[in-house]
Amino acid sequence: MNGWFKSGSPWVWLSAAAVSVCILLVVALLGLIAARGLVFFWPKQVLQTHYQDPSGISYRLIGEIQDSEEIPAARLRESGIEPPGDRDSYTRYLFKTGNRDALGMDFRMILPDFMGKVEYPAELMVVERREWGNLYGYLKEFREDGRVVAQGEAAVAELQRRLKEALELFGEIRHIEKDLIGAINYQLEQLRLEERRLKLAGDNDPAKRDAIEARRKKLREEYAELQKKRNGLFPQLNRYSFTAEIMTGQLVEVPLAKVVRVYFPNAMGPLDKIGHYFGKLWEFVSDEPREANTEGGIFPAIFGTVMMVLLMSVVVTPCGVVAAVYLREYARQGFVVRLIRIAVNNLAGVPSIVYGVFGLGFFVYFLGGGIDALFYPEALPSPTFGTPGILWSSITLALLTLPVVIVATEEGLARVPRSIREGSLALGATKAETLWRTVLPMASPAMMTGLILAVARAAGEVAPLMLVGVVKLAPSLPLDGNPPFLHLDRKFMHLGFHIYDVGFQSPNVEAARPLVYATSLLLILVIVVLNLTAIRIRNHLREKYRSLES
Amino acid sequence: MALTSNSPSLHQRARIMKDVLARYAISVGGIGVILAVVLIFFYLLFVVVPLFKPAKLESVTSYQPAPAGVGDETLHLAMEEQSEIGVRFTSYGTAQFFFTGSGAVIREQAVSLPPDTTITSFAAGAPHTAVVAFGLSNGTAILVRHTYQVSFLDDKRMITPSLDYPLGKNPLIIDTASRPLHLLAVQSDGEQTSFGAVTADGRLLFTHFAAEESFLEEEELLERTSAELEGMPENTAYLLLDTEQRYLYTANREGALSIFDLAHKRQPALDQRLPSVTEGAEITAMALLAGGISLMIGGSDGRISQWFPVRDESGRSVFTRIRVFDSQQGSIVSLVPEFYRKGFLAADSSGELGIYHATAHRTLLLEKLGDGAPLEHLAVSPRANALLVEDRSGKTRFLRIENEHPEISFSSLWGKVWYENYSQPEYIWQSSSASDSFEPKLSLTPITFGTLKAAFYAMLVALPLAVLGAIYTAQFMAPRMRRIVKPTIEIMEALPTVIIGFLAGLWLAPVLETHLPGMFALLLILPLGILLFAFIWTHLVPDGVRHRVPDNWEAALLLPVVALLGWFSFSISPTLERVLFGGNMIQWLTYEMGIPFDQRNSLVVGIAMGFAVIPTIFSMAEDALFGVPKHLIRGSLALGATPWQTLMRVILLTASPGIFAAVMIGLGRAVGETMIVLMATGNTPVMDFSIFQGMRTLSANIAVEMPEAEVASTHYRVLFLAALVLFVMTFIFNTLAELVRQRLRKKYSNL
Repeated sequence: MNGWFKSGSPWVWLSAAAVSVCILLVVALLGLIAARGLVFFWPKQVLQTHYQDPSGISYRLIGEIQDSEEIPAARLRESGIEPPGDRDSYTRYLFKTGNRDALGMDFRMILPDFMGKVEYPAELMVVERREWGNLYGYLKEFREDGRVVAQGEAAVAELQRRLKEALELFGEIRHIEKDLIGAINYQLEQLRLEERRLKLAGDNDPAKRDAIEARRKKLREEYAELQKKRNGLFPQLNRYSFTAEIMTGQLVEVPLAKVVRVYFPNAMGPLDKIGHYFGKLWEFVSDEPREANTEGGIFPAIFGTVMMVLLMSVVVTPCGVVAAVYLREYARQGFVVRLIRIAVNNLAGVPSIVYGVFGLGFFVYFLGGGIDALFYPEALPSPTFGTPGILWSSITLALLTLPVVIVATEEGLARVPRSIREGSLALGATKAETLWRTVLPMASPAMMTGLILAVARAAGEVAPLMLVGVVKLAPSLPLDGNPPFLHLDRKFMHLGFHIYDVGFQSPNVEAARPLVYATSLLLILVIVVLNLTAIRIRNHLREKYRSLES
Repeated sequence: MALTSNSPSLHQRARIMKDVLARYAISVGGIGVILAVVLIFFYLLFVVVPLFKPAKLESVTSYQPAPAGVGDETLHLAMEEQSEIGVRFTSYGTAQFFFTGSGAVIREQAVSLPPDTTITSFAAGAPHTAVVAFGLSNGTAILVRHTYQVSFLDDKRMITPSLDYPLGKNPLIIDTASRPLHLLAVQSDGEQTSFGAVTADGRLLFTHFAAEESFLEEEELLERTSAELEGMPENTAYLLLDTEQRYLYTANREGALSIFDLAHKRQPALDQRLPSVTEGAEITAMALLAGGISLMIGGSDGRISQWFPVRDESGRSVFTRIRVFDSQQGSIVSLVPEFYRKGFLAADSSGELGIYHATAHRTLLLEKLGDGAPLEHLAVSPRANALLVEDRSGKTRFLRIENEHPEISFSSLWGKVWYENYSQPEYIWQSSSASDSFEPKLSLTPITFGTLKAAFYAMLVALPLAVLGAIYTAQFMAPRMRRIVKPTIEIMEALPTVIIGFLAGLWLAPVLETHLPGMFALLLILPLGILLFAFIWTHLVPDGVRHRVPDNWEAALLLPVVALLGWFSFSISPTLERVLFGGNMIQWLTYEMGIPFDQRNSLVVGIAMGFAVIPTIFSMAEDALFGVPKHLIRGSLALGATPWQTLMRVILLTASPGIFAAVMIGLGRAVGETMIVLMATGNTPVMDFSIFQGMRTLSANIAVEMPEAEVASTHYRVLFLAALVLFVMTFIFNTLAELVRQRLRKKYSNL
């Protein structure tokens, strides 16, 4: 035993364990998020049981088990629940009852020990609504204009049929409101600014003013027409409703206009469930958020993230590459280069929030304020570029990811064999030509690696964005059908910030949590795929140059 | 042929031009990077520097005001919001409104005095209430307010000054015995008005008027209560009421001070008596700071002391001297508080003016005005950007003050500060509040402490795991496994911190709260369990099984062991909790040990942020260890050292600067990390090193408060200062690491 310790072998084992712990941590984190994020879209069985509350009240319980945890008996006692039996710890469920409008809350904690016989009636219905969260209950009647038109089985068929119509109608109304009326409002605002610009310039040409007035009149007419059309659709949408019996026995009337989806999870076959799963998944990535971001999709966040990262790439790639080429090819290796290296490494080590502070002060208030005063005086005092927005966010992140690109490109340049350079120069090419025709193409995969790593970093960075342009809910995307199409001054939504905001600032954290896991999973997937690609390219490159050198 | 070779073709020249252009363009781009770093630093500095600038005075004009009559004396000076118009209350009972820029009188309005009375005393209320009162020879007083109507005519601002009478034109009866009022103090907030008065026969009176809405009559009724107070010092010369009308301060020239508690308006009582507050000097001026809690006392020796009530252990409030400003030479003649900040101005008999800030304990300006004639009256504008000064000869000066950030000094940022309503000096960060006269508490110490605390716990988790892991990966691990481990660690590094923070705050924190004993058991069980497994594996497992696992795959072998040990530790947690801690460890901690417990505490942050910095340290340390020249290792092994001895005596020694650099970089990352601390702690700026409590870090503080800070305000600039502190901290760590690394690289290439 003593000899074994002297040999140092136990310490080797302990250091091996350190690696195991790290790997396990990564795997556990990815696994946890994957497990929680993926099951979110799967239709859960809805159970019905009798719950014998420890205080003696007994009632019917309908809903889904959202989560379960082990809790020590003493803590249960502290919260005033006397657990049955004599175990050290008990399982406790987080139970989603839904029906927030009728019950006041979505969730409650229950102990399985107090549950009676658990049933999964096929008739139990889940209704996803635009307000008040899910409804769990039994469908009773279907109504048209307040009259009952179908009951029981017939009601189910009628509901499914009419729901499809209602959803189409709803889509149409939304299209009118958001796209068409939104475009008109945008143009009206542009007209107002144009008018003000004329006034500020002292241009009193009545012809111009009349032209603006005429256009405004035309837009107002269009607006009135659209509004009329929309108002015409509303009665049609509001005709239908249905009643459902919820767990308390109470009848709840739900207008069809407020319904997103109706399904009967207990009656679903595996194929139905898979269909439902992908339907929900599609909704998640393509739809807009509902109910203070706790339901619906995250499309604007995905779009905002991609958009911001693209803009950032446009800025960071040339800057990073030029800096790397300078360091590797042009600068005389000496004190200055050493200084620059230290600067680059420092840039990489500066906390991201400091970039945010710098971006806010320098880009937003200093540069943005200057741009506003010079080019957008008509909009003042409301700022155009003098306020956080997607342009400043991408430039700030470009600065933040610059070292990543520089380091990767430099490595790529260093790996281009000297012989190739010398060959090119010997054939009479100038240094710039050598660089442009031979060195840079050979180093391009390395640049690609750098860019991918930069993109991965930028996609996950949140802290600086909170200061320079991200918002919890952006009314419009930075890219739309209104000229000039790309609105660099707009604020945007971001996946990472969405996670923070929904997970920590949301009024109903329990309801939002699965969505946060799903969002995290998406973000992680993007980042892991990007990183693995970069690693793959890099390894491939190393192999390639190794063979070139020999 | 010959022709073309003699003069280079156009094409040739273009090529050379391009080459030169490319050289310049690229050089400019490269140097741009270094400029970017410099720009960040200097921009932060540029925003921060105004915080530490002293105040500046700029004299605009001076003039001799038109006298209201023979022997006219100034009683009080004041200015309106825009500092365009000033008002001078004279001993003739008039208010002279004048343009501050030229001294030209706009309007002179006389206060309506009852017949056969003269003015015997004067008092001014808190500056923002703009009320003054005249005490009369028949025991009555008149309350007057100066108001300014702003109107716009053709985009031009017009300010019309006037006097009004908040409590009516009729004199208010202070002394029912109708004796002249020799001294007067007043405060009025619209609903309540209080007067303190000393009569000619030496009685101290307190009279209170409360406005009562009357339903029957149009006009308001005033409910009057009055009391005679005993216990003021002899020859009382100063009388002051605080804004809240809670205390009445009386003092005489010799330095005796008596304070009366007015909480019960019907029965005011003597609260405390201080025999001498000026250490021998005479009291020459007294004023209350904005908010009405601090009393400033100026003495004939030029010292100004700040006093406010402090609760002692028994809960009694004791009037205490907090700090002394000792910069002026002459005796203080006039003390004027700023309207909304805890700043004040003092004028002395040598003609010197001082601008101070109480909380920051900072003297912002000392300047002799003009020819050194003794100064008598001061008036500061509501925005504290203009000043009226009248000297003994009656000459009035109008000056502009530039004093944006008086509340910042080295001591207010880093030292303990004794804030109003606190029982002792403390480090506090509390940047905003709803009330106007709030005393901002901008000590960076607690949040810097929080930053270091978070970094410390993170390093506690990360250091052993990362360094041990790097040692194993670099020296012992099989190359094939290395090819799996390295990318895994890189993925770990790439994980967005927002996700780590979210898991830490919403998943790990509740889990740890319910399984706290399990967590601590894990620290013991894990190493022991691994050693036990290693022993069993090397000594007890038959060779046939053992040899099936290739050499140097221990880490893979340990994966299930570690997972099992972890699961085991957590599953025995409830039992441990029942046996050792009576069922609930948190309660045990709180009640038995007196250690408060937050759900989102340093333990959670340590684990989460440790997770985030492990890959940084791991990668760099591994690079350094792997780069140790192979001939050194082979030499050591050839001489008969065991692999572990080689590691300890050769490899670690050679690579130690590299490991140091890795730790520095990791520390830099932990110090600057924002999202994890933001989500995994409660963000309360406490100064407590307990592992069971949270903290607020510089970075999280910036993230939380920056969006709400008004541009160019003190708060905004202090947040920039916080960013600068972070920048400097990480700059030091990174530069140190980089220098060490560059030296190490040279060393390796020489070996």
